[in-house]
Amino acid sequence: MKIAVCLKRVPDTTAKIVVGGNGKTIDEAGVKFVPNPYDEYALEAALALKEKAGAGETVVFSLGTDLAQETIRTALAMGIDRGVLLQSPGSADGFEVAQALAAELGAGGFDLILFGKMAVDDYNHQVGVMVGELLGLPVISAVSGLSIEGGRVHAEREVEGGVEVATCALPAVITTDKGINTPRLPSLKGIMAAKKKPFEIKPVTLGAGSVTVTALSLPPERQAGRIVGEGPDAAVLLVQLLRNEAKVI
Amino acid sequence: MAAILAVTEQRHGALRKVSLEVVAAARALADAMGATVDAIVLSAGPVEGGASLGPSGADRVLSATHEGFGLYNPDGYAATIASIGGTYAAVVFAASAAGRDLAPRVAAKLRTGCATDVTALEVEDGTIVATRPVYAGKAIQKLVLGGSPAILSVRPNTFAPIKADRAGTAAPVAVPAFIQRVTVTEIKAPPVAALDVTEAPIVVSGGRGLKDPANFKLVEDLAAALGSAAVGASRAVVDAGWREHGAQVGQTGKTVAPSLYVAIGISGAIQHLAGMRTSKVIVAINKDKDAPIFKVADYGIVGDLFEVVPRLTEEIRKLKAE
Repeated sequence: MKIAVCLKRVPDTTAKIVVGGNGKTIDEAGVKFVPNPYDEYALEAALALKEKAGAGETVVFSLGTDLAQETIRTALAMGIDRGVLLQSPGSADGFEVAQALAAELGAGGFDLILFGKMAVDDYNHQVGVMVGELLGLPVISAVSGLSIEGGRVHAEREVEGGVEVATCALPAVITTDKGINTPRLPSLKGIMAAKKKPFEIKPVTLGAGSVTVTALSLPPERQAGRIVGEGPDAAVLLVQLLRNEAKVI
Repeated sequence: MAAILAVTEQRHGALRKVSLEVVAAARALADAMGATVDAIVLSAGPVEGGASLGPSGADRVLSATHEGFGLYNPDGYAATIASIGGTYAAVVFAASAAGRDLAPRVAAKLRTGCATDVTALEVEDGTIVATRPVYAGKAIQKLVLGGSPAILSVRPNTFAPIKADRAGTAAPVAVPAFIQRVTVTEIKAPPVAALDVTEAPIVVSGGRGLKDPANFKLVEDLAAALGSAAVGASRAVVDAGWREHGAQVGQTGKTVAPSLYVAIGISGAIQHLAGMRTSKVIVAINKDKDAPIFKVADYGIVGDLFEVVPRLTEEIRKLKAE
């Protein structure tokens, strides 16, 4: 089984966000970057599927600047066989990113192409689905349960008030949600082995796109409210306030 | 005349409430652009609630009927919307489980970009400008949507349904031939029909302060007393396996914006606050008066949740019984 995983370098979810000097992107100074948490589920799924199949190849692709090399190395340390950096500053338009990835992935002969369901920086939920559409492959997004038997994918995805069950044939594109697995941590042996794994760097050029960021700002600070009281007796006043002042119950 | 397409959602033949929110967003865009609104219903047959689309702002209601459209049909829905989408100034989806899957499919078919999870819309010189949270709401992005059509999804619970009496003239839409690559076979309902945290008007969330998964009963009881409330959870308790990941509120979980958010035994880590800070009213119950959650809460009670929460549930029950 030949499996591709697409990976994005993103700020750690605990990072404090500061708007950069251009007023459109964040100030990256002092921010710790990590592999996108949803992509880690995709990496784990790829590794587990290859282990189950007993043979095959796993390849990680990341579209980003040279700084994403470290992110790819983390994936290699987890056990992915080789890495490809599609060198580009990226784009706010997911369709531009999807086109570059589709151009690369389409020629790869992959049975399965995995993405995280979204990146925790831009929250787009787009690129994986778009790549599948561009390649004319079946796509099941936001998958929290996955099994592959006899060339068919059985997937579960959470929908409002239930779990949707979907099936498709391979080759396919799957985007992963929390709940699908527990990603492994890189071992020391893995970290050492990662240094010797094949690693390609390919510059790519993205189009201008149709979606343009004009401003990034911090949300208005929420006014700290008030402490209604201490202990259980305060519940009486709280209920009155929710009813008569906030009018939400 | 320019037109906006609102993509509605049905499940088991009943229109989903979020559809009226999509129509409200489309109506606001149409009014700013001097355009009309077409609402499209994709289904296997008549849809209960379809008649509410006109009074909620749709000039026309387009029906795309196909025997394979009972459940979500990603390939068929996308092909149908893409077949007419190019004639619209904008196509508006819900940022729901289906809409998040469908909007990028349609965008790719029409070879243009899209904006997900939009929380506000403006029209400047005829161009759509979308506001959307990024970094789980730690920052707000403004985007110019230059695509033709502009494709976007709106966050549930953000655009309130409106009363705007329009004709809602019925018109059929042909379903084009499509290759069905993905088949949705069923929707498994949870053992107890539960509201989703992203759609519920009230969310009551519990955190590590509950000390034991069994104590989530306190949270569930309060939610039940409030009515129309979903039960949420912090990342710490989801990672500990106390609750399903679908209930997690925060940067690696769901982002919610209910009318009332009640945080019980949640200290308020930055990634949790990011996921709930746009709630209209926030209540926090925590024994630590210095917990960060109190910095965003409108109302706080400092105290032992094991004493405060049962009392609060009792008071809510009394109020509801009046």
